[in-house]
Amino acid sequence: MTASPDAHTQGGRQLALMILGRIGASVVTLILVALVVFAISSLLPGDAAQEALGQSATPEQIAALRQEMGLDRPAYERFGTWAWGLIGGDAGQSLVANMPVGDIIRERLPNSLILAAITTLVAVPLALGIGIASAMNRDGRLDRALNIATLSMVALPEFLVATLAVLIFSVWLQWLPSIALVPEEAGVAELLKALAMPVAALAIVVMAQMARMTRAAIIDQLDRPYVEMAVLKGLSLRRIILTHVLPNSVGPIFNAVALSLSYLLGGAIIVETIFNYPGLASLMVNAVTSRDMPLLQACAMIFCAAYLALMLIADVAAILANPRLRNQ
Amino acid sequence: MSDDGSISRRRWLETALGGGVAAGAGSLLLAGCGSAARKGAASASGRIRAACMSLSMADTLDPAKAALSSDYVRHYMIYSCLTELGRDQRPRPNLAESIVSEDQRVWHVRLRSGVTFHDGKSLTSADVAYSLLRHKQPLTGSKVAGIAEQFAAVRADGPLDLVIELSGANADLPIILSQSHFGIVPDGETRFASGNGTGPYRLAFFTPGVRTIARKNPAYFKPGKPHLDEIELIGIADEVSRVNALLAGDVHMALSVNPRSTGRIAASPGHVVRETPSSLYTDLVMRVDRFPGSSPDFVAAMKFLTDRDLIKRALFRDFATVGNDHPIPPFHPYHRADLPQTTLDLDRARWHLQRTGIGRTPLPIYATPAAEGSVDMASVFQEYGARVGLNIAVNRVPADGYWSTHWMKHPMGFGSVNPRPTADLVFSLFFESTAAWNESGWNNPAFDRLLVEARGEGDEARRKQLYGEMQGLVRDHGGIGIPVFISLLDGYDRRLKGWYPVPLGGFMGYAFAEHLWWED
Repeated sequence: MTASPDAHTQGGRQLALMILGRIGASVVTLILVALVVFAISSLLPGDAAQEALGQSATPEQIAALRQEMGLDRPAYERFGTWAWGLIGGDAGQSLVANMPVGDIIRERLPNSLILAAITTLVAVPLALGIGIASAMNRDGRLDRALNIATLSMVALPEFLVATLAVLIFSVWLQWLPSIALVPEEAGVAELLKALAMPVAALAIVVMAQMARMTRAAIIDQLDRPYVEMAVLKGLSLRRIILTHVLPNSVGPIFNAVALSLSYLLGGAIIVETIFNYPGLASLMVNAVTSRDMPLLQACAMIFCAAYLALMLIADVAAILANPRLRNQ
Repeated sequence: MSDDGSISRRRWLETALGGGVAAGAGSLLLAGCGSAARKGAASASGRIRAACMSLSMADTLDPAKAALSSDYVRHYMIYSCLTELGRDQRPRPNLAESIVSEDQRVWHVRLRSGVTFHDGKSLTSADVAYSLLRHKQPLTGSKVAGIAEQFAAVRADGPLDLVIELSGANADLPIILSQSHFGIVPDGETRFASGNGTGPYRLAFFTPGVRTIARKNPAYFKPGKPHLDEIELIGIADEVSRVNALLAGDVHMALSVNPRSTGRIAASPGHVVRETPSSLYTDLVMRVDRFPGSSPDFVAAMKFLTDRDLIKRALFRDFATVGNDHPIPPFHPYHRADLPQTTLDLDRARWHLQRTGIGRTPLPIYATPAAEGSVDMASVFQEYGARVGLNIAVNRVPADGYWSTHWMKHPMGFGSVNPRPTADLVFSLFFESTAAWNESGWNNPAFDRLLVEARGEGDEARRKQLYGEMQGLVRDHGGIGIPVFISLLDGYDRRLKGWYPVPLGGFMGYAFAEHLWWED
């Protein structure tokens, strides 16, 4: 089969089939996640009407508001309406904010995407660089120094990093703003300044993971016989790693990168809280505390879809980078 | 010290603006607001940024729905009430020119003439009648529906006159109407999208959960007010971040700082911690309808076991006022001064305990982070209890769900009561025998009679005497212990002037917008 002339097109067809299959599985996953989120949040005490009215609510008020919000309908009916609306592109009406969920998301999603994108641009090259440099100098002084650095970065909780950074750069030196509230009319320079510390705090967390995975994946390959062969042939270490080892270790590296990036979208809650950044993660937490089901569902769907998409991209990229995987 | 600090800050500013220094030293200061012009403007003409505790998607422009401190601040900026509270905590007319009653039941209100809403419409009695009566509609979802139930009828009596008829006499109506929930909105308003009110600021920008920007209303009905040009209201949920933002100059006032942060703020030459003694309290709840609280001797023993000074000093770093087991703090106009102060007295506690015959029976006490300081208070009770042979077991339970699952449901637990605008409200909500939140379950017919009488009493001296008697009854017979009243602490930029404490809440009872001004 490997010798057949149409192996290439066959491989391409297989890849397309795989992607289609994965997308189908993703849709099923999304539906399951929606069901689970809906079921679990129904178990929370109280509903949106009670949360909105607070302790001083009278029974008539709660009844009236429940009817207004449609909470008096049975759960399966509410879920059905919501899912049907979503298929038609309508994420529903927020129970609390009195505006369409789509509008709220449209306002917050760009914030989260900008933060994630800048962090990615900073963290991924740095992480790959650290990982490769570390692997090339295995057990050398540089490797040990980088190891200690990445280990401490993994161990440091981001709230500590973020708070210390605020203390040093905002309170003492007054170089950077302590809160990342970017005005609407802000220019690029302002944006970068406001986001410098949130990006740094997030980058430190995700970078360490990616760097360690990169190092492990490359070292794993370095012990293979083909590398030994290449060394015996007299190739330079640099050439071996860049042209032979990297394509082979791209699978686990991309996986680590995808995992870290999906964290950037939904897991930035601590950084969003400390820097008061209006992103999606804090929006979702807010939706939970106010029992705003349509908003909560929409956030959950976005995070889940982003995660699945990143994983798919990572797998496809791994396959494209490594022809041996195509025929598996 | 502070002058030096602000001068050096200003010099930085001049250097940066005049010399066009973009990087280096100039950016030291200018980094704060993100833009040079913005920060410069903030100092020069009174554009400030205020940080509340939190914002959420439930942020609203509807005064009836206000739930968080940031809502109160926003509504005091854009709406006005019929009355307002003076520095002496007494009500005075605001949108009303006068508000009078013969019998405290039927009130006659005359409105100021010439007041306009932000969209130019004139204020009339129809707007007021609509604003007050909408609280009674269940669909409004009003947070003060319970209070508004007493509005039997509100009817216009001419374009600027109206009559408010209550279901029972209530001399506190003018104080009640000064609360932000009773802000006046235009007749027929239901969407609350533009924040159209008669208040000192006009809404310029509002995104729920992110920020509110309000600009000075040049047509405000009080000449010379407000002083500030623009207020941006944001929420920073994390206390450490809030204090950092204040110290970094990104916000100019920060609501609710922790006593532990006061040292950091005080150490900064440009900032100051302002303490508002308030009637907020965390109380020991002893159910008097159950063992052991059913024994008056046990309740008395627990009151003698309370080391109020230690709680004030160790738990609240002296930012508190010693309490006397009734809910009226010493700085309240109706406080009864001649009531003896209960103090720590182990001998008397031991004597009372011997009469109960409890012995070494383990007594569980439920404490939670939801009631500020209650976990530490429980430990203090445990410690002093051990000295007189009382076996108290502290059960620490999580904050989430405390109010629905634990509060008032155990023989001994803790409650937390926020400041209320009138003595009548706190007594009716938490001590009347029929009240839903009658924490200790006590039932005192004499107290209930006094409560109704005081509510309808128009004579101030007589009222004070009635409330004094009620304080004595609660202190001597009630099932709750109030060790201290907890002060509210806010952080301010020193250049904000005009502050005075309002015991109802931080940020001058949330109504700072009209009163503060900026002075370099």
